Amino acid sequence: MTHPLKRHDFDVIASWMKAGETVLDLGCGEGELLQLLGARGVSGWGIELDPGLMLAAVENGVNVIQSDLDAGLAGFEDNAFDHVVLSRTLQTVRHTQQILAEMLRVGREAVVSFPNFAYWKNRMAVLNGRMPVSEDLPYQWYDTPNVRFFTMLDFESLCDGMGIVMRNRLVLDERGAIVTEEHNFLGSLAVYRIGRGS
Amino acid sequence: MAERSSIGPVEEQRLAFTDPLALAAGVTLPAWALAYETYGTLNAARSNAVLICHALSGHHHVAGYYADAPSNLGWWDNLIGPGKPLDTNRFFVVGVNNLGGCHGSTGPSSPNPATGQPWGADFPVVTVDDWVAAQAKLADALGIDAWAAVVGGSLGGMQALQWTISLPERVRHALVIAAAPRLTAENIAFNDVARQAILTDPEFHGGHFYRHGVRPTRGLRLARMLGHITYLSDDQMAEKFGRKRRPEAGHFGYGVEFEIESYLHHQGDKFAGYFDANTYLLMTRALDYFDPAEAYGGDLAAALAATRAKYLVVAFSTDWRFSPARSREIVSALVKHKHAVTYAEIASPHGHDAFLMDDQHYHAVLAAYLRNIKT
Repeated sequence: MTHPLKRHDFDVIASWMKAGETVLDLGCGEGELLQLLGARGVSGWGIELDPGLMLAAVENGVNVIQSDLDAGLAGFEDNAFDHVVLSRTLQTVRHTQQILAEMLRVGREAVVSFPNFAYWKNRMAVLNGRMPVSEDLPYQWYDTPNVRFFTMLDFESLCDGMGIVMRNRLVLDERGAIVTEEHNFLGSLAVYRIGRGS
Repeated sequence: MAERSSIGPVEEQRLAFTDPLALAAGVTLPAWALAYETYGTLNAARSNAVLICHALSGHHHVAGYYADAPSNLGWWDNLIGPGKPLDTNRFFVVGVNNLGGCHGSTGPSSPNPATGQPWGADFPVVTVDDWVAAQAKLADALGIDAWAAVVGGSLGGMQALQWTISLPERVRHALVIAAAPRLTAENIAFNDVARQAILTDPEFHGGHFYRHGVRPTRGLRLARMLGHITYLSDDQMAEKFGRKRRPEAGHFGYGVEFEIESYLHHQGDKFAGYFDANTYLLMTRALDYFDPAEAYGGDLAAALAATRAKYLVVAFSTDWRFSPARSREIVSALVKHKHAVTYAEIASPHGHDAFLMDDQHYHAVLAAYLRNIKT
């Protein structure tokens, strides 16, 4: 199912890419981002493990490679792509550091978007004694594919530790509006454009 | 959705070529012929033609049945027909028996024009490149400048891949299914044992058994039994046969006691009854020799660099003859030079033979990919 808010971070992601560039979309789902990018002259390949989503991506006419992200990106060479995208998927990957390092090995730069666990409504939910369920965290605790729960500050701290630099950051609230202050409190979804430190 | 049915009665055709064909072995075939079948209609733009390449024991009878033999269904009939994944309402599909085959195309059992006797062991070893060259002559004759797609499983998938390398401007899409970019030592080892079974059969007569009025059926039967084991998966064999015994079988002897033995013997007998031993040798050798990367120092990506087709690569989870890892080698090489490629890894219990099965998800992926091919 297409998440209604996806379009917002897709537009942001697309604005960071130029026609003629190449992109690898990890966890590409039905290939909506690749379709959007393809229409703008960016050639792309997607990776998707789920057979149903993979089939939908084939129907949508995008290049999709059925593979498990947890198995890494071993089949791809260094600097194979201009961009590597991980949209709303980092929280479902067990080996967080490995996937980030791999993304910046095969890609010149990477785009990562994820739900911010420190969004104020999520904090409220936990204060009220329940795990958060929201637009960007739409699952119950017992059926969520998410295995890592982290905040924007947590992510930035990890990047610091790994020598990853932040080139752009865009933060959206639950309705997809751009957040301009108190990001880690008011932001429901964070989109980062990252690169290798020099 | 269109009705999904058989293409119905089909007719075998045969085309004789008088222009000599120079083979990789350094031999030139002065005159040769290919048996083929076609399904559907070639459109006015001649842009909807799809070539089906067969595997080791396949042939040109890919879909439909013969009017006088309604039970003789084509080997990929579940895929090809009106409303089927390879929809003959849209595509003009061509099945061909490869050079060196034993189903109507020129091969070791055909007469050698120099002697009037069957070629036998004197028939040259042909390669996948040779097959592509011969298939291209058939395409010329049918008025097909470029295939909308070349499709094949196993050794057929290797031909689809070779098409994109040999004649990049003549194939728009390649569907490379349950294939590999080259054989491993283990693959070649299995082929060698199969060949030794044939070569050491006393009735092989150095490949000239025709003139003795005999056939090396024992060797061919063993070769097929061995091959058949590699087409199945351990899981599937366990489920289908396990350790089941035949009720009438005795104990403490060497007769057919386990169901798996009975099955393999039946498969071997059936195959040895119709297949040509020299063709079997030739097909396995073509498999051994296939290695498009060899001319590029082993660099498959370099071999595929100048290709222009778009690719669908499909592998099956329990295929250990050509495992998914082998298909992923092809995918990686294609991505390296930014070729359009989609890769499906189908969960199936059926081993290598899964490519012939009517698996819902597998066929859905093929159908979705084929639907997006412009005609």
